[in-house]
Amino acid sequence: MTEPVSNLQKALEAGQFVVTGEIGPPKGTNIGPIIHEAEQCLKGRVVAVNVTDIQTAVMRAGSLVGCELLLDHGIEPVFQMVTRDRNRIALQSDLLSAYILGVRNVLALTGDHVAMGDHPEAKPVYDLDSVGLLQAIANLEAGRDMGRDAKGNPNTLDGTPKFFKGCCVTPCAEEVEPQVIKLEKKVEAGAQFVQTQAVYDPATFERFMAGMRHLKVPVLVGIVVLKSAGMAKYMNRSVPGVQVPDAIIKRLAEASKEDLKKVSTEIAARLVREMKPLCQGAHLMTLGWDDLVPGIIEQAGLA
Amino acid sequence: MIVAERKPLDQILEILAPFRRVLILGCGGCVTVCLTGGEKQADELASQIRLAAKQKGLHLMVDVDCITRQCDREFIQNLKADPAKYDAVLSIACGVGVGFMSELFPKVPVLPGLNTTFYGANVASGIWAEYCHGCGDCVLAWTAGICPIARCSKSLINGTCGGTNQGKCEVSKDMDCGWLLIYNRLKELGRLDELRKIRGPRDWRKDRGSGVRRLTHQELVKLEEESKA
Repeated sequence: MTEPVSNLQKALEAGQFVVTGEIGPPKGTNIGPIIHEAEQCLKGRVVAVNVTDIQTAVMRAGSLVGCELLLDHGIEPVFQMVTRDRNRIALQSDLLSAYILGVRNVLALTGDHVAMGDHPEAKPVYDLDSVGLLQAIANLEAGRDMGRDAKGNPNTLDGTPKFFKGCCVTPCAEEVEPQVIKLEKKVEAGAQFVQTQAVYDPATFERFMAGMRHLKVPVLVGIVVLKSAGMAKYMNRSVPGVQVPDAIIKRLAEASKEDLKKVSTEIAARLVREMKPLCQGAHLMTLGWDDLVPGIIEQAGLA
Repeated sequence: MIVAERKPLDQILEILAPFRRVLILGCGGCVTVCLTGGEKQADELASQIRLAAKQKGLHLMVDVDCITRQCDREFIQNLKADPAKYDAVLSIACGVGVGFMSELFPKVPVLPGLNTTFYGANVASGIWAEYCHGCGDCVLAWTAGICPIARCSKSLINGTCGGTNQGKCEVSKDMDCGWLLIYNRLKELGRLDELRKIRGPRDWRKDRGSGVRRLTHQELVKLEEESKA
């Protein structure tokens, strides 16, 4: 086995139950607060922190700058990359840039359609899909890019990156087989870990994990922190492949405003606790409520 | 077939504003079938333009003509009107017709009356849907006859994304998820193995990536040259 390239890879290979966090760069230049939050709430508690890539197609500062600032503050980033906004030339170039800056974890995603965001008139790119992006990364690691020189031979790189490559899957999609087939292809294309879309139903997750066991790739179950009953209902209505059970919605609805963060922490911690035996880690998506992370980790019995 | 829809009347009037004598030119091809650019629609549009011009006090004289197809040189001889006698021609063919007529009548502005939208089929009475994107590298052999380039809103090539929802696309609840259609049909056909194969990155040169596309049948070109000699 080759040397792990990141702490995330090292921890997963050591068989530790791994927790990752997430930050989203701001719409604007004021990136200080989220880096500060990450330092206060995530540093030392999670192994790595994902930086979202123009999440939900809402224009904002990029993932790479967030990754670099995390590195500056001693926090290991996971560079999320979607194929919606850049063609293969820009994606490969940004991968080289990321490696030069010290980024070692990459999460390859297709990305929400521009129609979902705040610039619906924009031209969607999707030159590559998520499988193609993983192939491109593997190519770079082999010292080549996707292009050819004048003689038709693959271009060679002057300096080769090496990443820990991740991908996403939606375990609670109504039709799970197409998700698993695509995941098989992502793993074949080089994916070494999986961070899932939000899961709120351990039983469904257990069935999904049984269906993908043959892939032998570590899975970090995704937990989106629920901030209110309204948010949970919205997710059920609008977020594909996410189903928050009624019992959880009821708990949120009955919580007083002062108790909401406490209840939200308990819900997330319980989900992590229940799914811990099924997978290799948890990916906590707090949507700004980073201050909940220490409590979730503690109550999940991971501290 | 090529599907097109009428431009809004206000936009057409804006396009015609600088001109006095206008020939509306219909096309007997695809746009006749999709009920937007045929002889009947040319007559209707002329009436609408005349009425609107009158209401606005504009001096606009409108005539109508229609030929079998505006994308083929041979049908030009069937023109009853002479485009050269007009200030402008408003073509209600697809964009191909507008472009080709512009080339054949270089001295007259040929203007579009339609927005050309897609390659589609008549799926129900009055409804046309997109089936092909004209990508130049057909994948239908391994996608059960359902095109992911045209019918997945992201033109993905390795299967569904996470945005598939109750069989619909994340872009709109009225839009089927193309990849779920492909998955279901491949399953019915016992061909899911086709979905399991990795499809490498596409060569977008064939899809306008390297500029203007052209089809040449060398034998026909040669025959033409020989007959000229």
